[in-house]
Amino acid sequence: MKRQIPLVLVFIFGMLLAIQYFVPSEPSQRGYEFVLDWITIIGIFAMVLGIWSQVHVGWSKIKHRSENWQYSIVALVSMFAMIAFGLSPFGGLQGTIFRLIYNNVFIPIQATIFSLLAFYIASASYRAFRARSAVSTVLLVAALLLMLRVLPMGPLADPISSIGSWMLLVPNLAAKRAIAIGVGLGGVATALKIVLGIERSYLGKD
Amino acid sequence: MKYIILLFLTCLSLCLSQAILAQTASSDPPAEAALVPSEPPAPPGNLTLKDLPNDDGHGIAVKWDLSPDDGAGAKSVISYDIYRSLSPDAPDSLWKKAGTVVLGVKSYADKGNRESDNDDYLPKKTNLYYRVYAVGAGVRSVAAAAGPVQAYDNWFNTLKVPELIFCVVFLILTVRFINMAKRGIDLYVRPLAGIEAIDEAIGRATEMGKPILYCLGIGTAGDIATIASFTILGRVARKVAEYQTSMIVPCIDPIVMTIAQETVKAGYADAGRPDAYKEDSVYYVTSQQFPYVAAVNGTIIREKPATNIYLGYFLAESLLLAETGVMAGSIQIAGTDQVSQLPFFVVACDYTLLGEELYAASAYLGREPLLLGTLKAQDYLKAIALVCIFALLALRVFTGADVIHKPFDMPWW
Repeated sequence: MKRQIPLVLVFIFGMLLAIQYFVPSEPSQRGYEFVLDWITIIGIFAMVLGIWSQVHVGWSKIKHRSENWQYSIVALVSMFAMIAFGLSPFGGLQGTIFRLIYNNVFIPIQATIFSLLAFYIASASYRAFRARSAVSTVLLVAALLLMLRVLPMGPLADPISSIGSWMLLVPNLAAKRAIAIGVGLGGVATALKIVLGIERSYLGKD
Repeated sequence: MKYIILLFLTCLSLCLSQAILAQTASSDPPAEAALVPSEPPAPPGNLTLKDLPNDDGHGIAVKWDLSPDDGAGAKSVISYDIYRSLSPDAPDSLWKKAGTVVLGVKSYADKGNRESDNDDYLPKKTNLYYRVYAVGAGVRSVAAAAGPVQAYDNWFNTLKVPELIFCVVFLILTVRFINMAKRGIDLYVRPLAGIEAIDEAIGRATEMGKPILYCLGIGTAGDIATIASFTILGRVARKVAEYQTSMIVPCIDPIVMTIAQETVKAGYADAGRPDAYKEDSVYYVTSQQFPYVAAVNGTIIREKPATNIYLGYFLAESLLLAETGVMAGSIQIAGTDQVSQLPFFVVACDYTLLGEELYAASAYLGREPLLLGTLKAQDYLKAIALVCIFALLALRVFTGADVIHKPFDMPWW
């Protein structure tokens, strides 16, 4: 029964939403929005499970004095402080303290993590473009041409730009489209497998 | 070799400086153009209205002939303003602006809102009237009202016929190949190096006494890539239980976490070691992308997992995670359906499942007739798509017919 009910629900909702995809009428659109609302509602309730998981894992580390347990104190205190500041007695989500921490601590930290990408791209491309074989040499030359394409190269600018554009628009785009077509077909195939109950791994057992 | 690297780094630096300069230049405020009122342009002619097909009944297709001053004559037309009203004789204040299009455009799809309390509400099955003004510099033409027209909803989207055909063909092929697989006919599936490497990677983790980190990406439980990843997670969990090693599964979504917990628990139970399952091994981190990266990277640096497996839906975090894994000296297996992230994984990981290989993994691992049948059907569908692309291309090249774009241009006309 634990496996049958989810399978039946997936089939019913899967078929209904598959049909809905082809029906643009108002009742169909409203039905779709109703289901989307339920996804949001379930997501909000599931957040309780997420918070519980975080508290459980953090508290367990603190209790057992696991390695780096101090970080768990920081994480838990930060989480509960933000929840407290976000509550209406402290001004709510638009309150000064919440906004202050969000804008001056959270956003800069997030931007810092994202900006690490620039350095990681440099280290990853250094490793990728080392001319160890014929194929990686081709990769290196292609990368050089693409970088030279955006530089002021004087009389060489036009031919380099043409070669760079050709590389981007012909071999590169062809490969990307081939993968995208495969992904699209694979996605539909997987969706059908799930709706028809052929693929059941998401139920927790394969 | 050194000179090539030097040249490469120089180019990289110059590219970055160019980007910064371009950014600086683009942030300069544009000079304000002087607006000089001129003579009103001639109005557009032959205004025709039609119910917008394939919609929810709140759209009207508006079409007109270009003003004589649009690109010709006085060349004074800048744009066209489209107005809608419930009465042709309503005062100007009761005419609602439905939209604006630039010069040269002679049609507009007025997709109104279906909620009656919305400012842009377009009622269904009600007489509607339209005016189209040609707008010049500070002036606009006169406009006569056209109508009435009514909007109706449709019960089938004719633009989605190709998708419907695709689904029907896929179902027929799937049933056929499932029957073949059930009859015992061998269906060949090419080896997937990334999947075959999983056993080896788990063995390495066992030998090193280090955990395995399994990352499901930043997708929700509704993403196909995440669902495909659950399949592989179940297999990995079973192997991990058999080898008596440990695994870490940090999740970005509470629902994903719940399903992952069940999947891992079932994997341990399948291996006959349900007692070895630790609930804390699959845990929720945060719902934000970069805090998730910070948390997972911190785990990689502290725990130094022997193997990192990144399978699922990934965006900018792909390289951040994979490069940290390289620094930690882990064996890395990755796979995603996000084409833009694949190069990052290819560069930083030992094995990468490209696009659909991620979806195929469950069939490859399970070898069940049902799954193999769908995989074969998928391959044949790809072949059919390829033939269609070549046929359309040949038609375009040899006859000049615009068979690719024409059916999708302005479908309501």
